[in-house]
Amino acid sequence: MFPELNNLLNITPDKVEQGKLTLLCDAKTDGSFLVHHFLSFFLKAKCKVCFVALVQSFSHYNIVGQKLGVSLTTAWERGQLVFLEALKTSLDIFFQTPAGPHPLQFLREASARNLQPLYAFVQEALKPEDGGEATWRHPVLLVDDLSVLLSLGVRAVAVLDFIHYCRATVCTELKGNLVALVHDSGDAADEENDLLVSGLSHQSHLILRAEGLATGFCKDVHGQASPSRVIGVRAACVHSHMWIQNTGLADSTQVHRKKAKGNTQKYCHGFSLGDFSFILLGYFAFMFL
Amino acid sequence: MAAAATCGAGAGSPGSVAAAVDRSSATSFQRKGPRAGGADGGGPRLVSIAGTRPSVRNGQLLVSTGLPALDQLLGGGLAVGTVLLIEEDKYNIYSPLLFKYFLAEGIVSGHTLLVASAREHPAGILQELPAPLLDDSYEKEFDEDGCNHKTPDSSMKMKIAWRYQLLPKMEAGPVSSSRFGHYYDTSKKIPQELLRTAKWHGFFLPERISPPLTVEPCHLTHGYMKLLEFIKKIVSEEGVDGSHPQKKTKNILRIGIQSLGSPLWGDDACCAEACDDSHSLTKFLYVLRGLVRASLSACLVTVPAHLIQNKAITARVTSLSDTVVGLESFVGSERETNPLYKDYHGLIHIRQIPRLNNLICDESDVKDLAFKLKRKLFTIERLHLPPDLSDTVSRESKQDVAVPAPRPGRGCSGLAEGEKHLDF
Repeated sequence: MFPELNNLLNITPDKVEQGKLTLLCDAKTDGSFLVHHFLSFFLKAKCKVCFVALVQSFSHYNIVGQKLGVSLTTAWERGQLVFLEALKTSLDIFFQTPAGPHPLQFLREASARNLQPLYAFVQEALKPEDGGEATWRHPVLLVDDLSVLLSLGVRAVAVLDFIHYCRATVCTELKGNLVALVHDSGDAADEENDLLVSGLSHQSHLILRAEGLATGFCKDVHGQASPSRVIGVRAACVHSHMWIQNTGLADSTQVHRKKAKGNTQKYCHGFSLGDFSFILLGYFAFMFL
Repeated sequence: MAAAATCGAGAGSPGSVAAAVDRSSATSFQRKGPRAGGADGGGPRLVSIAGTRPSVRNGQLLVSTGLPALDQLLGGGLAVGTVLLIEEDKYNIYSPLLFKYFLAEGIVSGHTLLVASAREHPAGILQELPAPLLDDSYEKEFDEDGCNHKTPDSSMKMKIAWRYQLLPKMEAGPVSSSRFGHYYDTSKKIPQELLRTAKWHGFFLPERISPPLTVEPCHLTHGYMKLLEFIKKIVSEEGVDGSHPQKKTKNILRIGIQSLGSPLWGDDACCAEACDDSHSLTKFLYVLRGLVRASLSACLVTVPAHLIQNKAITARVTSLSDTVVGLESFVGSERETNPLYKDYHGLIHIRQIPRLNNLICDESDVKDLAFKLKRKLFTIERLHLPPDLSDTVSRESKQDVAVPAPRPGRGCSGLAEGEKHLDF
């Protein structure tokens, strides 16, 4: 995990917010480093993690995870990690008829109406252990990534329903967290994807966007990441979070990121000390609220 | 941050990998195989396979695409277990060439081939492969070509910088067949004895297709379904997915699929914007990627991307492939006569490079790349703008470059005035 990102979001492995849906959004660049960050973060925080990996193999995440300080193999053996490696299991379901319900059943259908079997899989994986004492802290569901479901014939509405069900179970009932990655192409070429992104943005508590630089390609700086905290729209949740996005005082803090081999350094737009700018903006926002 | 205490099952240090790059068969150091294992996160210890080398950056096993210039841009080569997508140029002149280079490289390295096409019979494609340039014949032939790789006259002794004379000369020409990446002569066909020793499987769609009586179980186009079943069968027959652990010699399977997505495959992605089978192509690519990831194979797919009507499908196809390279040739376009581009035949765009086992990828600095095809060499070079030498020359070339879309009405007279060209 990246300590700079932790500082920016004001979280540590010991103190983790619960019941949150975090949306990871990438536009014109690859946002998978955020997935690796959250995976290693939650494993270090001793949470039970269910990872639905739709685009890459287990060994890829394992090797990157080792660079970030966690071992997925160990976590899997201990039961802390439930890993659905879709690239491998899709071959089983694709070439022969499955015996019973399979989480990737939608691959066999022309246009899948819902992702019910996948939701059942998640529910089964994250249900609290019987026996009273819990080995792990609250459960976490990680999905990488949701846009590929659209390519596989699932409708955007079905994906939104799936996330809604997962949020109800994981975030509200089990007081856990949900982190999902989507690709945002920006231009209106892919309407289903835009529908998915706007629907998810509406539901989420925290949105992390990774974008390519507006000025073009630069070798050292790979892009910019901007977190925007959103106040929950329901009246019941009145948090002390600053509404940074919409005050017009400060647009979401723009953070430039540079990725070195094993870590990501973040330095703030125009400043050399990342935290300074964040605290300053927060101070002003608080004054005006 | 980067876990310094990584255990042996993970990434090694870059230094030790670099030592293994040059002679992959001579050192006793063996890299762990990338993804030929499975869910356990590790993989079998790979004895070095002919025609492959480990990547310097992340230890990934690489094969050559057949074009050393392209290998360099992709970070050393094509990673085993990934899919390389080539977006065809408009008149399909240069993409079949890249396809043939890939297959020819497989034959020279001794890999098994799987050739799939809906248009030509695979046996016919293999007959047309270019001949490789091997050790003994390259010396005199390469000099004939008039490339400027000629080393300076060695009899001329350097007077001032005499230390440099002791340095070994840079070898920029074709190399022997035991090395990685070869050069090919497009005017000659591959020798028959090489073809006879090659092991290949062909998939020609009109031979395999039978009228579908029922709806396909996974709602893929019939042709795609048959091709996937064929690939799966060959992968398990050849044992590249690790299903025959007692087999000592491991080999790479090279899969080449030509013009995927064209109407000849039965897919109407190129015919209509809102097609019935709009998910056929993307589902196919997803399952193909799953098959290739789980085995020691490398896949090259050419897609006529400019024909696909629905731009959403093009975007999805790009994100579903690992490496994406686009070709844009100057044939028939305004740029053919443009003095800026007179040395080149087209532009090459590296649209996507995968991040495998790593957080970053090996992007090259340069984004403007152009290619040119000579008889024995397909070079990819950085596109330079010529220096401004005189007023009229620069204004002409700048005007042409600045106009993005072709304007049929402009004649030569419009060049001097026309655009508001700021001249300081």
